[in-house]
Amino acid sequence: MKSKWLSFPYLVWMLIFIFIPLLLVLYFSLTIRTPDGLVFSFDNFRRFFEPIYLKVFLRSVYLALISTVICLALGYPMAMILAGNNFKRKNVMVFLFVVPMWMNFLLRTYAWMTLLERQGLLNTFLTFLGLPPLNLLYTQEAVVLGMVYNFLPFMVLPIYSVLRKIDRQLIEAAADLGADQMTIFRRVIFPLSLPGVMSGITMVFMPAVTTFVISRLLGGGQFTLIGNLIEQQFLFVGDWHFGSAISMVMMVIILLSMGVLSRYDKEHEGGGLW
Amino acid sequence: MGKIRILCLALLLIVAVLSFSACFKDQRPVLNVYNWGDYIDESVIAEFEKEFNIRVNYDTFSTNEDMYVKVKSGGGNYDVLFPSDYTIERMIKEGMLQKLDFNNIPNYQYIEEQFKNLDYDPQNAYSVPYMWGTVGIIYNKKKVTKPVTSWQILWDQDYAKQILMLDSQRDSIGITLKMLGYSLNTRNLKELEAAKEALIKQKPLVLAYVGDDVKDKMIAGEAALAVVWSGDAVYMMRENPDLAYVIPEEGSNLWFDAMVIPTTSKNKEAAEKFINFLCRTEIAYKNTDYIGYSTPHREAKKLLDPELLSNSAAYPGAKELARCEVFLDLGDFLKEYDRIWTEVKAR
Amino acid sequence: MKEYLKRIYAMLIYLFLYAPILILIVFSFNASKSRGVWSGFTLHWYSELLKDRQILSALYNTILIAVLSALIATLIGTAAAIGIHNMKKLKKKVIMNLTYLPVVSPDIVTGLSLMILFVFVKLQLGFLSLLLAHITFNIPYVILSVLPKLKQLDKHLYEAALDLGATPLEAYRKVILPEIMPGVVTGMLLAFTLSLDDFVISFFTTGSGVSTLSITVYSMARRGINPKINAISTILFVTVLLLLIIVNIRMSGNHNKKER
Repeated sequence: MKSKWLSFPYLVWMLIFIFIPLLLVLYFSLTIRTPDGLVFSFDNFRRFFEPIYLKVFLRSVYLALISTVICLALGYPMAMILAGNNFKRKNVMVFLFVVPMWMNFLLRTYAWMTLLERQGLLNTFLTFLGLPPLNLLYTQEAVVLGMVYNFLPFMVLPIYSVLRKIDRQLIEAAADLGADQMTIFRRVIFPLSLPGVMSGITMVFMPAVTTFVISRLLGGGQFTLIGNLIEQQFLFVGDWHFGSAISMVMMVIILLSMGVLSRYDKEHEGGGLW
Repeated sequence: MGKIRILCLALLLIVAVLSFSACFKDQRPVLNVYNWGDYIDESVIAEFEKEFNIRVNYDTFSTNEDMYVKVKSGGGNYDVLFPSDYTIERMIKEGMLQKLDFNNIPNYQYIEEQFKNLDYDPQNAYSVPYMWGTVGIIYNKKKVTKPVTSWQILWDQDYAKQILMLDSQRDSIGITLKMLGYSLNTRNLKELEAAKEALIKQKPLVLAYVGDDVKDKMIAGEAALAVVWSGDAVYMMRENPDLAYVIPEEGSNLWFDAMVIPTTSKNKEAAEKFINFLCRTEIAYKNTDYIGYSTPHREAKKLLDPELLSNSAAYPGAKELARCEVFLDLGDFLKEYDRIWTEVKAR
Repeated sequence: MKEYLKRIYAMLIYLFLYAPILILIVFSFNASKSRGVWSGFTLHWYSELLKDRQILSALYNTILIAVLSALIATLIGTAAAIGIHNMKKLKKKVIMNLTYLPVVSPDIVTGLSLMILFVFVKLQLGFLSLLLAHITFNIPYVILSVLPKLKQLDKHLYEAALDLGATPLEAYRKVILPEIMPGVVTGMLLAFTLSLDDFVISFFTTGSGVSTLSITVYSMARRGINPKINAISTILFVTVLLLLIIVNIRMSGNHNKKER
C-alpha cells in the first residue's frame, strides 16, 4: 500500500501542536531562574532523583500498573462477551459502555464518595446484611477503584473492536484439529487480539500515571502522585522549570518502558504479552 | 454501518439545534468578568446588562493560582477579576493591576473602614473587597466532648481518623504555624521545620486532606472535626445543627476576595461601573444573601437576618478578628512551603 | 454454554459503571444543596437550570466542541493510522512515540504549553483555540484505536482490490474502511468522551466568553458543586438513552439481518 501521504496532515499537526510545545517544555526543564535571568542547568533533573520525588513517582507507576492489570482482567472477558456472536444488540451494549463516561468526571467521582464513605450506601448495605462496615474511602484501594472505573472503557473498546472480526474459520479449524476451549483461547484468540490489548494498555496506563484528581478526592489527598506534584509546581509554586523536568523524565521513562514492552511483543510474534 | 450513519446524523442534528438556539449576536460593548464559580447571584449580571447596556462575558475559575497563571501568561483579556488577598499583593507587585479611580466608584464609601487599607493593598489603590471570612474549626457537638478552643485539638489522639484537614498548603501549614505561636507568613526556616514535624505527627490522625467535599462530609457526620472557611461553616451549621464553629484562641487566617482590574483590561470604564454596581447596597445584599459569606458592606450587612449577624462564625467580634492575620505573598519563599508540604504528604 | 454466567458477569460490570450515575441522578432531586443529607424531593434545580445562562451556553460549547473535535480527530487520525501502518519500522517508531506524547504528558503540561503557543502566535484564545487543543489530544486515541484493526487486516486485501480494477480511493472506501470501521467508531467514541470530560487543557486554552461544562463544574469546587449540574447531567443522560432507544427500534429490523 502506497499511502504514506495519508498521514501527512497529521504529521503537520503533530509538528505544530505536539513537537513545538514539547521543545518548549524541554527548554523550561533545562533552565533555572536566577537573578540574572534564565540559566542553562541540569539542576531540575537532579532534583527529581531526590528520594522523596522518586518515591512519589514509583507510587504513581505502581498504582497505574495495578489499575491497568485490573482493567485488563475485568475488561478482556467483557470485550469477549460483547464481541460474542450470541449477544444481541452488541452495538447498543458497547455504546452503553461509554455513556456513563459522558457524565462529568467530578460528579461521578463525588458519587463514588457517596457510595464508599463510612455511612455510605455500600456500608449501609453491609450493615443491613449484618456485616461489619468497612473503611473504603481514602485508601489506596479507593484510588485504584477510581482509576479502574474511569479507564475501563479505554481497555474494553479496543479489545472489543479487534475481537469482533477474528476469523471464525480459524477458531473452527482449531476446534476441528482437536483443540479445547482453553487452548483455542491461548493459541488463537488471545494472540490475534494482542494489538488491541496493547492499545488498551497504552490508553489506560499512560493517563493513569499522571492523573491527580482521583487521588486527591478518593485518596483524601494522602497519596501524592506524580500528577499532583507536577500540578503543584506549575500552579502553586510557579516553578515551571522543575514541573517541566518532572514531566520530561516521567515521559521518557514511560515511553522507554513501553518501547521495551512492544519490542518484546514483536520477538514473540503471536506469543504471550510478556 | 447504517447505525453509525444515523448516530452521526443525530449528533449533527443536536449541534444544529444547539447552534440555532444559541445564536444571539449583539452589538453592545463587552465586559469580561472572571470570578470564582457560583460566587454571584446571576440575576445581578442580567440587571447590570440591562441598566448599562453592556454585555457581560462571565467566566469562572476554581483557584487563585489557576486564574493567576492564565492572566499572567496573557491567556485572558479580562476586565474584572476577583482574586484573594495574597494573590492581589502578588499581582500588584508584578504590575498586573491598574489603579482604580475611586471617583468612579462612589459606592466604595459603604465599605467598612476596618476592611480598607489592608496589608495586601496598603494604600487601597487597587482593590475593593467583595467577601471576607476566617479559617476555623468546625466540629460535631455529638462527637467532640472536649472544649474546642485551640488548634491543639486537631492533634488529639482521641479523634484519630475523625479529623479533616484542608488540602491546601498555605492553609494547613498556616494554622500549624499559628498553633505553634508563629506568624502564618513566616519566612523563618526553623519555624517551618517545626510546623513540618507537627504536621507529620498529625498525619496518622487525619482522615483525609479535603477540598470542598469537607462540607458534605461534615454535614453527613462522617468526621468529628474539620478545618473550614467561615462562610462554608455558616452553611454547614444550617444544614446540620449539631455543628459548631470556633476561631481558635491562637488566632487564625483572615481572608478577603476583592475586585480588581488587570492592566490587560481594555474597558476600564465599564469595569469600574461594574465594581460600583456590585457595591450598591441592594446588589451587595443580594450577593451576600446568595453566597452566604460575610460582606464588608456596611449597609448590606444591616439588611441581613439578625440571627446571621449574631452568628459569631459569620461576623466574629473585634477581639477575635484582632488575633487573625491576612496571608501575604511569599514570592520565591513559597518553594519552602511547597517542599514541606510535599514532605508531609508524600510520606 | 455458560451463557448465564456471561450474562451475570456483564450485568455486574454494567452495575459497576452505572451505580455512580444513579447516585448523581438521585441527588439532582435532593432539596438540600449538599450530598451529605437527603432532605426531600424537589424539581427546584431543574427550574433553576433553565434560568442559568452560563450553564446552558457552557453545555452548548461542550457538545459542539466534543462533536467537532471527535469528527475532525477521527478523520485526521484514521488517515494518519493508515499512513503510519505502511511506514518503515524506524520511522514508524519515531512517529508513534511522538503520538504517545499527548497521552502520557500530564494535562497541565499540555494545556499550558498549548496556551503559550497560542499566545505566542497571537491566536485569540477562544472557541478556535479550544477546538484545536481538543483535536490535538484526541488524535492519539483515534490512532491507537485504528492501528490494531489495520494490523489485523489481510496484507493483500488492498492489492486484491486494485487487481480487480478498483481505483486506490475506491479500494480504501469500499474495502479497507469497512474492515477497520469498528476501530474508527471506537476511536471516535473515545475521542468524544475525552473531549466531554477534559478540564485542565480546556481551562488554559479557552478565552473569555467561551466556557465548557467541565470548566463550570470545576470552578465550583471551592463553593461546592451546585446540584444544577446534577440536573443537567441527568437531562443529558436521559436524552442520550432515549436517542439510543429510538435509533435502536428504528434500526432493529435491518440490523438483525446484517448481524447474522
